[in-house]
Amino acid sequence: MLNIEHIRKEGYSILQLSGEVDASNSVDLDAAIQEMLSEGINRILVDGSKLEYISSAGLGVFMSYLEEFKEKDIQLVIFGLLEKVQQVFVILGLDKLIIIKPNREEALQAIV
Amino acid sequence: MSSKLKLYCNTNHLVYLREFLDQTLQSTPMCEIDQHQVILAVEEVCANLIIHSHSCNPSSFIEIMTEISKDQAIFEINDFGQGFNILEYQEPELSHVIKSKRKGGLGIMLVKKIMDKIEFESNGTKNTCRLFKNLKSK
Repeated sequence: MLNIEHIRKEGYSILQLSGEVDASNSVDLDAAIQEMLSEGINRILVDGSKLEYISSAGLGVFMSYLEEFKEKDIQLVIFGLLEKVQQVFVILGLDKLIIIKPNREEALQAIV
Repeated sequence: MSSKLKLYCNTNHLVYLREFLDQTLQSTPMCEIDQHQVILAVEEVCANLIIHSHSCNPSSFIEIMTEISKDQAIFEINDFGQGFNILEYQEPELSHVIKSKRKGGLGIMLVKKIMDKIEFESNGTKNTCRLFKNLKSK
């Protein structure tokens, strides 16, 4: 099960993911990012501290936006990933393409 | 030790696969991170079959059999759909995945990086994919 919460802050938004992202619900993650983009949000922090699992379906959602984010100068930083989840990003080398920080404070510093 | 799961082709059932694998791997000396990755690799193969070979038809099913020995864990995935030969599949370059803004293409890449050996065979009706993971003793 995946729970997604969009927390609006001054100048940025937090996308809080809780649970598991797999092929059954990655469309929800996609829709949440789409919604942020349609609101004109250009600083996105993804709180992954309660994310227990992410399969390629979820990783693919992030990957599919990288080019658009670059073109539109939108920043996305993921923070708080559990070690087991972060390792999945590392296996594919996605940690070199997406900014991943250990906590919210460092993530905030990265988008300033 | 061996166990078996019949998984219907509904992506909402992938959670049952993860529970099954989680339980199966408890008897191995694998650390949490390795267990997590093995579960992910097996799920990637199954999700691929459910979505691409069975078009998420909930009355179709695939079978997952696990065999845990002292030295290795073997995951055999059988299906009776349109075969998908994981060994012949040429995974895309990561840079191409990004440029094309596509959401797929990463799953098989993960399987090949996580597992130690992959086998595929098909007799035209039944397709079998075997994933092997070596176990390090404690």
